[in-house]
Parts: sequence; C-alpha cells; structure tokens
Amino acid sequence: MAGLKTRKKQRLVVASIAVAAIAGAVLLVLFAMGGDSLSLFLQPSAVHAKEIEAGKRFRLGGLVAPGTFSKAEDGLTYHFTITDCAADIPVTFKGLLPDLFREGQGVVTEGRLNGTGTFVADTVLAKHDENYAPPGTMPKNAEACTHPEGLNSGYNTSPGSRG
Amino acid sequence: MIAELGHFALMIALAFALIGAVVPHIGISRGNARLVAVADNVAIGQFVMVLAAYAALTYSFVISDFSVIAVASNSHTAKPLLYKISGVWGNHEGSLLLWVLILTLFACAVSLRGRFLPARFRARVLSVQSLLVVGFLLFILLTSNPFLRLDPAPVEGNGLNPLLQDPGLAFHPPMLYLGYVGLSVAFSFAVAALIEGEVSPLWARWVRPWTLAAWVFLTGGLALGSWWAYYELGWGGWWFWDPVENAAFMPWLAATALLHSAIVVEKRDALKSWTILLSIVAFSFSLLGTFLVRSGVLTSVHAFAVDPARGVFILGFLAIVVGGSLALYAWRAPKLAPGGVFGLVSRESALVLNNILLSTFAAVVLVGTLYPLFVEALGAGQLSVGPPFFEYAATVLMSPLIVALGFGPLLAWKRGRLGRAAQIVLPALVVAAVAALAIWWQTVGGAVMTAFGLGLATWLTVSVFLEIAERIQLFKNPEGAFRRLRGLPRASWGMSLAHAGLAVILFGVTISEAWTEEELLVMAAGDTAEVGGFTFKFGGVAPVAGANFTAVRGFFDVSRHGRTVTALTPEDRLYTDPVMNTTEASIYPLLRGDLYAVIGEAAGAGRWSVRLYFKPFISGLWVGSLMMMLGGILSLSDRRLRIGAPKAKRAED
Repeated sequence: MAGLKTRKKQRLVVASIAVAAIAGAVLLVLFAMGGDSLSLFLQPSAVHAKEIEAGKRFRLGGLVAPGTFSKAEDGLTYHFTITDCAADIPVTFKGLLPDLFREGQGVVTEGRLNGTGTFVADTVLAKHDENYAPPGTMPKNAEACTHPEGLNSGYNTSPGSRG
Repeated sequence: MIAELGHFALMIALAFALIGAVVPHIGISRGNARLVAVADNVAIGQFVMVLAAYAALTYSFVISDFSVIAVASNSHTAKPLLYKISGVWGNHEGSLLLWVLILTLFACAVSLRGRFLPARFRARVLSVQSLLVVGFLLFILLTSNPFLRLDPAPVEGNGLNPLLQDPGLAFHPPMLYLGYVGLSVAFSFAVAALIEGEVSPLWARWVRPWTLAAWVFLTGGLALGSWWAYYELGWGGWWFWDPVENAAFMPWLAATALLHSAIVVEKRDALKSWTILLSIVAFSFSLLGTFLVRSGVLTSVHAFAVDPARGVFILGFLAIVVGGSLALYAWRAPKLAPGGVFGLVSRESALVLNNILLSTFAAVVLVGTLYPLFVEALGAGQLSVGPPFFEYAATVLMSPLIVALGFGPLLAWKRGRLGRAAQIVLPALVVAAVAALAIWWQTVGGAVMTAFGLGLATWLTVSVFLEIAERIQLFKNPEGAFRRLRGLPRASWGMSLAHAGLAVILFGVTISEAWTEEELLVMAAGDTAEVGGFTFKFGGVAPVAGANFTAVRGFFDVSRHGRTVTALTPEDRLYTDPVMNTTEASIYPLLRGDLYAVIGEAAGAGRWSVRLYFKPFISGLWVGSLMMMLGGILSLSDRRLRIGAPKAKRAED
C-alpha cells in the first residue's frame, strides 16, 4: 500500500494529480472540439464568400425572404429562401416549424449544403419575441431589405423541431 | 404611492447594507461588542426592507398598476393570478429584486440560525453578505429600478411571454435563485474564514448544511427547467447545452464538489484550502451565470433586456467580487494551518477524485460556453459549440466518477483497503457486466454506448445497495441487520438516496436516448399510427379558448393491443397579449415511458402535421432528480448537522 507518510509527499502527489488533471482537461477540450462540435454561424453572403463545401455542418442565419415560402405535397417538407439582402440561399426543412416562423423575419437554421447548393436544415430556430435582437440575423445589406421590420428580430434558443 | 414606498425601502436597505458591510469590521478591530452586534441588526433590517420593496412590487403586479413600467411591459389584466405573481420575477428588474430578497433572506437566516457561531465570526460572515447586498442593490437602483413610473399610464399591459406562463416555469426561477444565492453563504463563510485566518472542522460543519440546502434548490431548479423544456418546447428534448443552461449547470457542479470536499474538512480536517477555493469558485459561477444571462451577451428566453450599462456593471461587480476574493485567497490561504494527512487509498482520496472530475467538468463546460463569445470578441466570426462537445466531455469525465462512486463510500477514512472494497462491490461489477453484455448482444453489437451507460447505471445501483448491506452487516450478521438498518444515520440514507438518484437519471438518459421512437407525419381524422408499440388514432381537431389564448386542440386515442391507454390532447395555442403561438405538447407518463404528442399545422384537406413520440423511461430524469433532492433534505434533517457547533465554543465570544 502506497501510504503518504508526510505532508510534503502528499502535497507532491496532489500537485502532480492537479497538473495531470489540467493537462487532461486541455487535451479533452481540444479533442472534443473536433468533428461536428463547432458549427460556424454564417449569413448567405458569407457562405458564398467562404465557399463552404457541401456536407459541412453549419448554422445559417438571416431573414426568410418574403414570397419564397412553400410547402411540399407531403405536408411536412418546407422550402424557403434565407437572405441577408445581399445573397440568397434556398433551404429545405422537413419537420414541424417553430411557432413563430414567419416570412420576412429572422431565422437561424442548422444543417448542411447539398450538392446543388440547397441548404438542408434539420433544425430551425425561429424568432421568439419582438424585444430580442440577436446579432446573427441582422442582414449585411439592411437597406436593400423589403421587410425592415424583420431587422428587429430574435430567435428562440431551443431548437424548434428536428427533421 | 406603493411603488414609491418600495423604491424608498430599497434605498433604506442599501443604507443598512452599507452600515452592515463596514461597521462590524470596525467593531472587531476595536473590540467593541456593540458595533459587532450591529451585523445582526442590519441583517434583519435589510431583509425587512427588501421584503417590503418586494411586497410593493408584487402588489403593483397583482392590482395591475400599469403606471409602473415593469408592470406595464410584463403584465396584463387578463392574466391568471398565478402568472401575475410569477410575473414579478418573469422580467429583468423583478428577478433581480428576487435575487436580493433571497440574498438578504439568507443573511437573516445566518443571523438567526447561527447563534452558535462565535459572534466575531458571524459578524464577519454577515458583513461579507451585506457587501454583496450593496452590490446588487446598487445595480438595481442605478440600472434596473423596478419602480420607475410611466406617464401617462397605459390602459393595458404588454403581457408576459406565453412561454413563461406555465406552472413549471413559474417556480423555476425562485428555485434556481435559492440555489444560486444559497451559495453566497458558503462564499461569505469562506471569505470570513480567510479574514480570520482559520478553518476548523467546525467551519465545515457550519458551511455544509448551507451548501447542501443551496444544492438541493439548484438541483430542483435545474430539474424544473429541463422538465419545462421537455413539455413546453414541444420537441421532446430536455437539455440543449444552451449557454444559459450551462450557466446554471456550472454552479451545480461546483456545489456538488463543495458538498463533498466539505465532508473531508469536517471529518478529517484536510483539504481546507481547496474547500475555501471551491466555495469562492461556486459562488463566482453563480455570479458569472447571472452576468451571462442578464447582460444580454447571450440571446435567449432568459435574456430579458439588452442594455450595455447593465452588462458593464455586472462585469465590474463580477471582477471585484471574484478578483477580490481570489486575491484574498492568494494572500491568506498559505497561512491556514495544514490539515490531516491521508493515504492514497482512502475515503479522502476518493472524494478528492470526485472533486477533480467535477471541477474539470465544470471547467470544460466553462470553456465550451465562453469560447463562442471569445471568438466573436476577437472578430473571428460567429460560431456555436454544439452538444457533441459537451456530451463527449460528460462521457469522458463522468464515467470514471460513477465507477469511483461504487468504491468511494466503502473506503475507510485515512487509509482504506482497495482489495476489501473491491471484494464487497464485486457482485455489482458482475451484474453490471452481465447487463451491459446482454444489451450489447441484444442490439447485435450496435449501441456500445447504450450498453456502457446501462452497465454504469446498474453498477451504481447495485453498489449503493451493497454499501447499505455492508453497513448493516446484512450478510455477515443478518439477525441484527434490521435493527442496524433502522439505526443508520439519516445522512447516510441521504447519501445513498442521492447516489441512487444519479443512477436513475443515468438509466433515464441512456434508455430514452437509445430507444425513443418518433414519427413525423400528416394525419387526417380516423388515421392511425404505430409508435413504440402503441396505436395513436387521430380524432381530428377542435377549437378551444382559454383565459388569454385561443387554441387548436388535436385528439388522439392511444391504445395498445386493442386496449385503450389514454387520450392525448396537444394544442397549438395563440396567445393574444403578446400575440404569440406556443405548442402545448400532450404527455402521458407510463411506468415504461412517456407518450408524447404534438400538433403542427393544417396540411390541407382536413389533414394535420403531427409529431408522435414514445420516450421510454424518460421519467427517470425527474424521478432521479427528486431522489437527489430528497437525499439532500434527508441529510439536512440529520441531527448531527442540525445541532451544529457545541455550545462550549461560545466561550470565544
């Protein structure tokens, strides 16, 4: 039995365990940050500028462009366009849209681009109350927006639905 | 008039708190007992004043006095009384007032319950507590005054966010705050001990009940919050690793660690310096959580207002409290007398391991929560740290904790024997391995993590029972076992119950994650769907009206093998003030799992989009949380904790 006879010894052991724990935590953080853990938050023009490749998971935010919303035959798949008033990206989503999803208002979606440049979302976070103004959905080119009331919009922190 | 009285009461409370923060220290340094005793009077006085202010605000809400801004922007005449009262803390200003109310309540409780504490030490504790009250009252009076008037007064208020109009959420904030602010007591005790330069086992004996109480409330607050998310947000999730949730989870982790390290201080007079640090860190996490949630750096249901002045104030306050207390720690902690020595294999070491894992987890959650803010501040774009990061960390760090949990309580203080403990828990290992292998085999090698999780949960459950059996010598000496069972101290029942609660939560998480069945479909009246072995028959929809909403209600008859189980009636509500849709899931809990239905929108031709779930054993989450809370309460009611310090200690006065 490895007894710790003296205080000095005990302190040495405790200190080395602490160092090991910190090193372990750093490694753990680095390791866990890999894969799908980090998702970028981008608006349509940034997606084009950064030439995000198909299949990479990220969050796409912006306004739901007015007049682009449609529902597919199955009653569960939705098509709409997310715009930052400078660039547009078509989005499809299968699931239940959050209650406050509206055309012309802020929305954050999470998913991947497919081969044809359509963003396939599995999560849609919609605006949540008039008082909240998240920075992420504020369009780059606000003057060009046809629905300026959409600027002052918030989104729910909780995923609305999953596909 | 009432609102002005409330405002005035807050100013008096501030004056009291300022006196309470300064005068007792002068009294101690001059040896003037009357000045020292001021701490007690102030503790009661400031509580009464803040209570008066809180009552004034509640009154304004109840009578719908819309000339008060806080009421006008957050209440409505048509709101049920419960939500008028809960509306008091359903907004930024009111929730801070609740925070201060609880802060002063705890100070008052320390003053009244802490009569056994040496007067000098109690005065130090109370003055630190008063200093915190000063900070928060200044914050309220300078940036977030709930009593500001609106002229002319509107005839009707804006109403409360309908998502918050829910019984589960009505009690979530007070519960969480009792936990958050309860940690301030441990903090004040720690700072007082640093000032006095002495940490004794008695110190731990005083601190432990307070920490335990705070921990019980924190556990309850977290459980209520996640329960609310589960049934109110309508997609069956219960934890999102949202920054705001993390902000409440970190103090919980730190409090759990503190709870365990305080045991070592009390029983063995070791780990003193670490426990002091942990007390400071736990409350700092509470403050950090408040900063994250209240300053508007995060956008969420909880972020009531975006006002830079508030953020700067809280950040400054955070810097002073955390920086100041850590500086004090760096200066004074090396002067603390070193504690007892213990062996590498001992109860102390097991608790140290518990502390290392819990604090590492808290640190990793902190990194994951702050990383996006950090990246954004550097101008490197926006990103979010998703659940996989936290789930990975939880798996890596909590699995060894649960393994160690099986051994820890069986090790002796000072020097334990691992072989002996291993011998006792061997059956648990066997049962767990068999369970894990059986599941792994059943799912044809598919879900390794499911098998692992269930193995861990089984291990923990069985080892809790083995530990009790060992204590009462069930196998060695069975005839007296029942008598010994009844003689077990409540604290040890509390421990077993809380640990078993963790096992139940682990069962709930693993089983519901692995075997949830989910259908997203379009149904017309008369259609049926099979989910998780249950038949959901859709009976169409009907309009309904509530006090302040109208709704579309869907009807489902759920049966199993032709026998009716229940009827589910999910709603899609449209609230009028403010105008907002909410989804009301309909949930029917069975022993084996929850039936869960959500109604979406009309899909044309009498069809509706619906989402149906069967979530096996998800109740384990709430049942397990309740067991943890009950375990904490049981420990609190243990005579050994309640009595506190022996009276002889008063001679020091």
